[in-house]
Amino acid sequence: MIEGILIGLEAAFSIRNLLMVVAGCLIGTFIGMLPGLGPMSIIAIMIPVAISMGDPAAALILLAGVYYGAIFGGSTSSILLNAPGVSGTVATSFDGYPMARKGQAGKALTIAAVASFSGGTIGAILLMIFAPALSSVALLFHSAEYFALMVVGLSAIAAFAGTGQVAKALMMTTLGLILATVGEGALFNMPRFTLGLMDLQSGISFITLAMAMFALPEAIFLVLNPARGAGGQSGSGKISGLRFSRDEAKAMAPVIGRQSAQGFFIGVLPGAGATIASFLGYAVERNIAKGEEQAEFGKGSVKGLAAPETANNAACTGSFVPLLTLGIPGSGTTAILLGALIALNVTPGPRLMTDTPEIFWAVIISMFIGNLVLLILNLPLIPYIAKILSIPRNYLIPFILFFTLMGAYIGQNNATELLILVGLGVLATILRFADYPLAPLLIGFILGTMLEDNFARSMQLYRGLGFILERPMTLALLVLALLLVLLPSYRARRARKRAEGVADGD
Amino acid sequence: MALDRWIALVFVAFCCAYGYLAFFTMDELLPPFMQRNPVWPSTFPKVLTIMGIVLGLIVLLGLEKPTEEKELSATDINYRRLQDYKLGQALTLLGLMVVYALMLRPAGFLISTTVFLIAGSAILGERKWHIMIPVAMLAAGFVWYLVQQVLGIFLRPLPFFMGV
Repeated sequence: MIEGILIGLEAAFSIRNLLMVVAGCLIGTFIGMLPGLGPMSIIAIMIPVAISMGDPAAALILLAGVYYGAIFGGSTSSILLNAPGVSGTVATSFDGYPMARKGQAGKALTIAAVASFSGGTIGAILLMIFAPALSSVALLFHSAEYFALMVVGLSAIAAFAGTGQVAKALMMTTLGLILATVGEGALFNMPRFTLGLMDLQSGISFITLAMAMFALPEAIFLVLNPARGAGGQSGSGKISGLRFSRDEAKAMAPVIGRQSAQGFFIGVLPGAGATIASFLGYAVERNIAKGEEQAEFGKGSVKGLAAPETANNAACTGSFVPLLTLGIPGSGTTAILLGALIALNVTPGPRLMTDTPEIFWAVIISMFIGNLVLLILNLPLIPYIAKILSIPRNYLIPFILFFTLMGAYIGQNNATELLILVGLGVLATILRFADYPLAPLLIGFILGTMLEDNFARSMQLYRGLGFILERPMTLALLVLALLLVLLPSYRARRARKRAEGVADGD
Repeated sequence: MALDRWIALVFVAFCCAYGYLAFFTMDELLPPFMQRNPVWPSTFPKVLTIMGIVLGLIVLLGLEKPTEEKELSATDINYRRLQDYKLGQALTLLGLMVVYALMLRPAGFLISTTVFLIAGSAILGERKWHIMIPVAMLAAGFVWYLVQQVLGIFLRPLPFFMGV
């Protein structure tokens, strides 16, 4: 492990990779600040750039930098405008915006920066401890367990979509899996569902799908509803007084400690990402706080600002654990990262740490550097960076659309791909109107090929479905997946029965 | 019927078509030696078909009820009142994207991108031509330089009749 860390240090501190961290954080902060563009859209737009660099370590470092930069940038617009750029920073605006209204915008931004830095750094330390441990366990897994694990991951993502939504989310997952079967698979060497079209021979490009699912609908929503970009009234007058007092630091410290750990472990769970971590972190801290401090929540509490900021950054780091050790993404964003890695001929999984330690460790070490860069970048530069919030939407939207088109074009070098992009984008927008979650679709699409490969391999090894019964671990995981899917609707049914006054038995 | 159930209906129909291909056409093409395998190329699609139809029907028949009606915030879009939003602008921009896709090869990257950016902001109501035009031209040139020279991906810069 020490050897690996040393290799990672060497790789992470190369001039090129340092530049990647800085570039990623800068781009992420800038774009994450723009209301409406989430980390998934930003990463989707950045992928062609990352892939064309050819170096998987540099690509992953760049994209990871963009990811936490975006979360960081999102908190800036939450605090200054009450218009969260990303859903993971909605909870930040609960106390951040009131603070800015009181004329303490500078202090709020500093607290957010320090909390994010601490959350990210502690998260990275936890990642260093847990990822290798999980890796060594994962080496014992066979294709049957992998198949079951992916089923658990997909069910968990659907289960977290919310009550009354599980069937919809699973429907989207199935659609993603169906789309993944189009084209020529590695396992069977025969084209499937290409309808005789040459363009479908190599399947649907995941970059195009990612753009169409996230960046394009978001841009269309921005056009449809101008209120979406504007947020509340602009509070970005003068930003001064960046310091916070010693007492406030004392109040924050335990919050940061608790939320780093809690956020990290929520991030590790499939389906629960930065958004859930930040809301839960806020709720927990409000309940723990006593008397006066509790009353302060929602009116500009230091603790209320530090909690979601710490938790969302720790969760971002945590979500790398399943990606790096199992090769199974737990969220839409890490699914896009997985797609990028596969495009670069790297298969993330337990062997990543032993086979290519320079990628594994360089990424983890670059997270420390990235958090430091964000801290240095944000404290003195925030007043200037915040100016980007005043770019008029008439300029912004054509550029977002243009970058979406460019992303799909560069990935495939094919103008037909742009038409597919627009078509899928319209489809995705309609799906969003009807409140269908889109992340399960993309995750299903990316995991689809691997899921089928592992399923087919276990079927061949055990000459049939016997592997489910012969491998207890597989059975246990599949039962867990079933429970995850059924539990939310069972509980909703019980709650409804109670409300109707018909208690069912207990 | 609400939009989400219409979508579920379309999805079930889609699954039926997909399932028809999987159940009735794929296995005929299978070479005899592969027929002894426990898993065929059509196995997974068949499972997906059944899953898709079952899930689609659950949504279509409304078997899973949402616990509470979600409240729309000011920034969400209510599709039932779509005409209240800037629908015309959105559709025109989508049309512009299609035109861009068709013009990219024949007209070259620089011209089509500049026109796209200017037309895009014009559709959104911008009328400050003295800012829009230089910004669009600069951006087109910069992105072309980045993609062609730095990333090394070929993009035809000029119209087809001007060489390259």
